[in-house]
Amino acid sequence: MAERTVTIEIKRQASPDAPATWERFELPWRPGMNVISAMMEIAANPVTADGKETTPITYDSNCLEEICGSCAMRINGKARMACSALVDNLEQPIKLEPLSKFPLVRDLQVDRSVLFENLKAVKAWVPLDGTYDLGSGPKQFPQQQEANYPLSNCISCTCCMEVCPQFNEDTGFVGAATIAQVKLFNNHPTGKVLKEERLRALAGDGGVQECGFAQNCVEVCPKQLPLTNSISDVSRDVMVQKVKDFLRS
Amino acid sequence: MAAPKIIVIGGGLAGLAAVIKIAEAGGSVDLFSIVPVKRSHSVCAQGGINAAKNLKGEGDTTYKHFDDTIYGGDFLANQTPVKQMCDAAPGIIDLLDRMGVPFNRTPEGLLDFRRFGGTLYNRTAFAGATTGQQLLYALDEQVRRHESDGKVKKYEGWEFLSAILDSKGVCRGITAMNLRTMELKAFHADAIILATGGVGAIFGKSTNSVVCTGSAQSAVFQQGVYYSNGEFIQVHPTSIPGEDKLRLMSESARGEGGRVWVPRTPGDKRPVQSIPAAERWYFLEEWYPKYGNLVPRDVATRAIHKVVYEHGLGIDGQPMVYLDLTHIDRATLDRKLGGILEIYEKFVGVDPHVEPMKIFPGMHYTMGGLWVDFNQMTNIPGIFAAGECEYQYHGANRLGANSLLSCIFGGFHAGPNAMAYAKSLEAMEGDGGAAQEIARQTELNNKLIHNEGGENPFKLWRELGATMTANATVIRYNANLKKADEKIVELLDRYKRVNLSDKSQWANTSFAFGRQLYNMLELSRCVVQGALLRDESRGAHYKPDFPERNDEKFLKTTKASFTGQPDGPKLEFEDVDIQFIKPRPRRYDAAK
Repeated sequence: MAERTVTIEIKRQASPDAPATWERFELPWRPGMNVISAMMEIAANPVTADGKETTPITYDSNCLEEICGSCAMRINGKARMACSALVDNLEQPIKLEPLSKFPLVRDLQVDRSVLFENLKAVKAWVPLDGTYDLGSGPKQFPQQQEANYPLSNCISCTCCMEVCPQFNEDTGFVGAATIAQVKLFNNHPTGKVLKEERLRALAGDGGVQECGFAQNCVEVCPKQLPLTNSISDVSRDVMVQKVKDFLRS
Repeated sequence: MAAPKIIVIGGGLAGLAAVIKIAEAGGSVDLFSIVPVKRSHSVCAQGGINAAKNLKGEGDTTYKHFDDTIYGGDFLANQTPVKQMCDAAPGIIDLLDRMGVPFNRTPEGLLDFRRFGGTLYNRTAFAGATTGQQLLYALDEQVRRHESDGKVKKYEGWEFLSAILDSKGVCRGITAMNLRTMELKAFHADAIILATGGVGAIFGKSTNSVVCTGSAQSAVFQQGVYYSNGEFIQVHPTSIPGEDKLRLMSESARGEGGRVWVPRTPGDKRPVQSIPAAERWYFLEEWYPKYGNLVPRDVATRAIHKVVYEHGLGIDGQPMVYLDLTHIDRATLDRKLGGILEIYEKFVGVDPHVEPMKIFPGMHYTMGGLWVDFNQMTNIPGIFAAGECEYQYHGANRLGANSLLSCIFGGFHAGPNAMAYAKSLEAMEGDGGAAQEIARQTELNNKLIHNEGGENPFKLWRELGATMTANATVIRYNANLKKADEKIVELLDRYKRVNLSDKSQWANTSFAFGRQLYNMLELSRCVVQGALLRDESRGAHYKPDFPERNDEKFLKTTKASFTGQPDGPKLEFEDVDIQFIKPRPRRYDAAK
């Protein structure tokens, strides 16, 4: 009996200006194999299915347990994490492509730093006086913790931005992940001191009103963040803030 | 005088903690990280962080935390810094709480605590089962705040290559490589702090992240920093074996009541849930009635090994045992362990709420590391270290939920100490050695990229991992350790014939890996040779031929120094600070 194999097709691009090409690989199947282990196999034996020598695939990865958010890519057309993409659950040939909404670096690696810039713009932090010992934090009931914890699970993978029809250069939309963080910090007993600033940051172009309610974000999120709920809550708060600011002016 | 310039390498908990302290003290920080800092390995920590806040009315104290830590580490850790860490822990938890970490709460709204291994107290604060992620994010947010204020400059996507040392052997900065453009560059600093994590990758597959290669530690080791207690490697009792890595299954699963067992009949073919209680062997509970499933990790790991390899009772004859949570109600499991149960279900395809998990020990934590003094400075002036990359807090075995604490405490300590050092530093002569170091690194880069030969670096790495896992983890024999060292020497020789299939100068990951691999090989010799020399059993280091602890000869810190000679590192011993707690036998089958 012939050895069982896995067929993978990978979109390769040596640099941002280089032409894109597809390479096909036939790899030995192993139980429990995921897309990452397939790429590790290619690195150890960089030869295509037609026997052509090639180079290891460039891609982002780190924890391999879907908590660091590194290895997002399009797998059979769907934005998801490569580490939790088990080969046995995927239709073959498995097609791997980089995320399409971010500047390409090489092969499956893209530059997603825009998300971190967005988090700066909305001041996604609790403004502490300092890290010296100032006694215990504000009392919070378990109900509050249970509401905030899911929002704090965002791994910054940017899948929600990739699948959002509104996330593009024309709108400059910040995307669902950033809006969810605004909700998280506005909910925090100390973090909410910056609530007005955060809402104003989301009030203009590229802000929360760019959302077109396609709901793709909430479907694709690997951590099941309540993204659409967050967007509606923050939208409402932004509206209220606009009215307040108008009346004050 | 201008504000001192400090470089921090590594953006996990220890690195970020140091950055925050330096920024607050008015220093200027450059933060280097291979990955965006929010993606650092600290996110993988699951179960929690220890602090004796005594919020459960149990009479817990920081001294008991200190004693548990020293005892759990089999008395190898210097006691002064460990005591300081345990004393500082309650304040650190309060600070993290103020930063917005969504810790689980009691009905009254106070911090909730759970039990972890190696203690009888509920001392572990937690945020679901993703505590490391939540802590890292909290520090990441504070650093982002300082970054927007211009106090911190991030160099994400840069890899540290070496320290720059001046003619007097004082550190004056670093060389680093941009992982996209492959540009090699020197960066000046008055002091540097390495916070570069563990060395999981030298074992091939481990619970560590891809970046945890130990390459940075090895680079400064080769420049003259001592590497201490390299032989102490923690193998976590409960990991999920995988093709690409071993995924951690947190100790908190047992902290919340999870039970480890195997069927009493070898190769029992019945569906797991139909095996009656009387025919299940809860071997940890039987052997360690006081601590039960919450014995320290080295003890649990050896017990699982014994049951699998000596009793032949692995599930279906495979090296696996059950970790069972099915007796706990679903709501509690989801509230306290949700994150890790989701990982298991995603990667294994079985729901741990209804079927016991299949787990096996996996390489997890590096107790040893760069030698530092009580101010977190190495023996090279100006090179500091904090977090898992240094050796200071865990002795021969780390207790669960002490790592997040030691990372933050170490970083908080290293930052201000580096500032104080920098302020009294004499002015640099000339370029401080930068040009010379750049020349050395350029030569290493050129050699690697133009190398001819038939060796693939990823294949050499697999061989290294297999050798290290087989010979230098749970059970160690001198004959096997010698063979492992010979194998590393062989790999070092074959490394000379590494031929990169990718010779490009843009986002070349094999090139970066090639540089790391050499450093991994050199560091592996510290692990193997340290283990070879230590003819005793202590904490995670276990030799069946020397089953007892030998305080007279080996209550010592191992210090390895690089020689560049074929025989490998030179090893020497240093006395351990035992001024507070007198060493006593360590046993978990009875109360200590």
